Amino acid sequence: MRYIPNSPRERAEMLEQLGAASIESLFDSIPEDLRLRRDLNVPAAMSEIELLNAFDEMGTRNQAARRISFLGGGAYSHYVPTIVDHLISRSEFFTAYTPYQPEISQGTLQSIFEFQTLVCQLTGMDIANASMYDGSTAMAEAVLMAERVTKRSKVVASAAIHPQYLEVAHTYVQHAGIELQHAQFDSNTGQTLVDSIDDQTAAIVVQSPNFFGCIEDVEALAEKAHAKGALLIVAITEAMSLGLLRSPGASGADIVVAEGQSFGVPLSFGGPYVGLFAIREKYARQIPGRLVGEAYDKQGRRGFVLTLATREQHIRREKATSNICTNEGLIALAATVYLETMGRRGVQEAARQCAQKAHYAAREIAKVAGWSLPFSGPFFNEFVVRAPSPAAPLLDRLAREKGIDGGIALSRFDANRPNDFLVCVTETNTRAQIDALVAGLDIV
Amino acid sequence: MESNITKVTTHISHNESLIFERSQPGRAGFMLPALDVDEIALDELIPAEFQREDDLRGMPEVTEVDVVRHFTRMSTWNYSIDLGMYPLGSCTMKYNSRLNEKVARIAGFANLHPLAAEGEAQGALQVVYELQQHLAEITGLPGISLQPAAGAHGEMTGIMIIRAFIDARDGKEKSAQRRTMLIPDSAHGTNPASAHLSGFTVKTIRSTPQGLTDLDHLRELCAHGDVAGLMLTNPNTLGLFERNIQQICAIVHDAGGLVYMDGANMNALVGVARPGDMGVDVIHLNLHKTFSTPHGGGGPGSGPCCCTKELEPFLPVPRVVKIDHGTGSSTTDSRLQTQDSFVFKLDFDQPQSIGRVKAFLGNYGMMLRALSYILTHGRDGLREATEAAVLNARYIAHGLISDYEKPFDAPPMHEVVFTDKRQSRKGVHTLDIAKRLIDYGFHPMTIYFPLIVSGAMLIEPTESVGRQELDQFIEAMRAIAREAIEDPELVLNAPHSTRIGRLDEAAAARKPVLRWKPKEAASAT
Repeated sequence: MRYIPNSPRERAEMLEQLGAASIESLFDSIPEDLRLRRDLNVPAAMSEIELLNAFDEMGTRNQAARRISFLGGGAYSHYVPTIVDHLISRSEFFTAYTPYQPEISQGTLQSIFEFQTLVCQLTGMDIANASMYDGSTAMAEAVLMAERVTKRSKVVASAAIHPQYLEVAHTYVQHAGIELQHAQFDSNTGQTLVDSIDDQTAAIVVQSPNFFGCIEDVEALAEKAHAKGALLIVAITEAMSLGLLRSPGASGADIVVAEGQSFGVPLSFGGPYVGLFAIREKYARQIPGRLVGEAYDKQGRRGFVLTLATREQHIRREKATSNICTNEGLIALAATVYLETMGRRGVQEAARQCAQKAHYAAREIAKVAGWSLPFSGPFFNEFVVRAPSPAAPLLDRLAREKGIDGGIALSRFDANRPNDFLVCVTETNTRAQIDALVAGLDIV
Repeated sequence: MESNITKVTTHISHNESLIFERSQPGRAGFMLPALDVDEIALDELIPAEFQREDDLRGMPEVTEVDVVRHFTRMSTWNYSIDLGMYPLGSCTMKYNSRLNEKVARIAGFANLHPLAAEGEAQGALQVVYELQQHLAEITGLPGISLQPAAGAHGEMTGIMIIRAFIDARDGKEKSAQRRTMLIPDSAHGTNPASAHLSGFTVKTIRSTPQGLTDLDHLRELCAHGDVAGLMLTNPNTLGLFERNIQQICAIVHDAGGLVYMDGANMNALVGVARPGDMGVDVIHLNLHKTFSTPHGGGGPGSGPCCCTKELEPFLPVPRVVKIDHGTGSSTTDSRLQTQDSFVFKLDFDQPQSIGRVKAFLGNYGMMLRALSYILTHGRDGLREATEAAVLNARYIAHGLISDYEKPFDAPPMHEVVFTDKRQSRKGVHTLDIAKRLIDYGFHPMTIYFPLIVSGAMLIEPTESVGRQELDQFIEAMRAIAREAIEDPELVLNAPHSTRIGRLDEAAAARKPVLRWKPKEAASAT
């Protein structure tokens, strides 16, 4: 095997040095009847040529990867500067471990410190961690954290949160003694309605822009939560919206979680992505995950270290704030490179183009007879379209005949919305593509 | 530096500030096409009160060249696998092949949206299915979910599956009496944390002086009728195979519990022995350990959960399944136009499932790399890697025994634990030895873990190290042992060759500075 340095002859010599009779004998501590006495039923080794041909062939059978696409719903097509992949492909970054030895991990540690800073700047929060698995698990962890902070057991989550995020939250809380209730949304505006919460409520959870693309009134929800001593958790799936929309921090959020995929991370069929997790300073010791902080050596030189580790599982074991250990380091690095390359003005410009193009698309679609926009709430770059007949077969025809993935049929998540679908437009969609979508809808 | 340090010499290290300190107003590292639709005043699209007010102040303004130099300079401050042996015990830092990276970047996968129609993502689903098949064969456990994003996530999934199974078997009321999870004192910290997340109370099992699970203590703990399961790492974190594993499983099963195996150490077993054959009910694998997907400075990982047929109905949804035409569920997906006799589908219809543990299908890019690893190695290469990994660990054990205390006599599998017992007499401790190792050009081993071994140094070379470098490592460790006697100060103040010295971590935790802030901000508001 070409990845294993020692030749068979060297291995034989090493065995001799050890006084071992055979390679077999190294496994003597495994009882005889547990030893696999046959070959694994796995194919024989493939050469690089054969392997690449096989994967290329499978790749071509993902026709959706080549289409003009208006799919969003938690994963977004944005422009990725070429240098992102180049820089994260430096082996000093991608083949390094978690930076437990700071003297020889400063590259990783300083990058994470910059990542934490960027997340704070974008979300308007005080403290951000070194990342979570993704947006969905970050939101679930936020719910658990709210219970720890408030010592209350009820959580009210908007029904306009991404359905898969809600499913993950339900899985996480099922044994935590937390009662997860749903707040409905206004069928006209598409915005969340929270009637009243009581003093047993740990948190209100809201996504903004929400699953239907509508921007929530985060400030009003924060006031509602705080009036009863509850926290407001804001989840964001389209992080690019932060380039333009008021930050959740400025609107009063206590915990902000987001999916960071929009920042330089390929779609890659759903992962790996990167969860952002940001909080108010006073909750620092309740935050899950790793944190990097500034530190100095004896000579007063600045460096960075993993810090506040007494929250974490390798120290606190079952009393830890979370079981998370491995996070999404390299994807956080991609997001860091992205955000620094695009910078202050680039993120603003990408967000501006997303909003302008999405609103152009919405205006044009609304002009087509029979098609409408069911929600009146303001949106960023995603919006729901109501088709004159069930959306799923129409979208299938649009893909087959026009080569356009026009959106996500909401019947996949809610059988009561047969005619609705979710359209997402980003800076990568050209006016010609949008016009083709509109023309295509007219035909199907 | 000493003349006997063979692996490294010192080299130039560039200084590099934080990007925020480099930022200059007006610099830009991006260019987007001009907006090609009619622009409408923003306030007409989105009410002003929903727009940002801070103009993203503080975010960097730099050029592409700035960014490239920034990260390139910082990258040189890292140690990495490509520089050499990275002997972190229980972390399996093996070579990350470039071929796997190339596979993960094939456009047909990289550009595929996770909510694409199943009929237009058949290649991607085939990758998932095939990886599931191979992992089932390797573990001897047929039920697989690739959804968990990391080892601890896989643990949580596995333990929730155990809980759901017992709920279904015993009924909720009786099941509520079974809320104890047994975990050896040598286990990873994630184990008790994951058990806690699933609503279990943790009871700790002692290890014997030989470093194995204490069967008498296990029997005693199993006698109360409240045990839901056992979480066991095998080989355990001392690098020893739990040779009584069949008995251990029988004791837990007889007490009505299930056995969860932490698969962190599967690199000692692939192709040689299978957890499913040992009596294990559910296991997680770390694709970022055993199957070489890169650690990336702390992730992403991937922690597939593999279980028995009996536990399969409880796996997270959706499952990726293969359906042969004519054998049942017809497809409703009109975009499915395959000529093949089978299709790959997402199956959501699993009423007993614990639910979804992550949006979409998991860390898909890691699945591509792991499948590529398996296919590149093939059945012979997988076994060869295991054998080479164990041989390398044994070689190190043999090479260090004269200078370091080895607390357990049994021959190790893929990793070996030593202690600082002899060196600490001179005031030199594990941390100092680890730091001094850096001067010799090696990443330190895992230190102070497992917790049951005082001053533990857990060394796992993996198969990706040649004899020459193993010899250099052994030589470096022996040199440090000599230094600990002859010149302890040299070791105590190590490292001497890095761009910064030991950082004051206590001060960092006392007054944490977790983000950069502009200087004027402190006084401005």
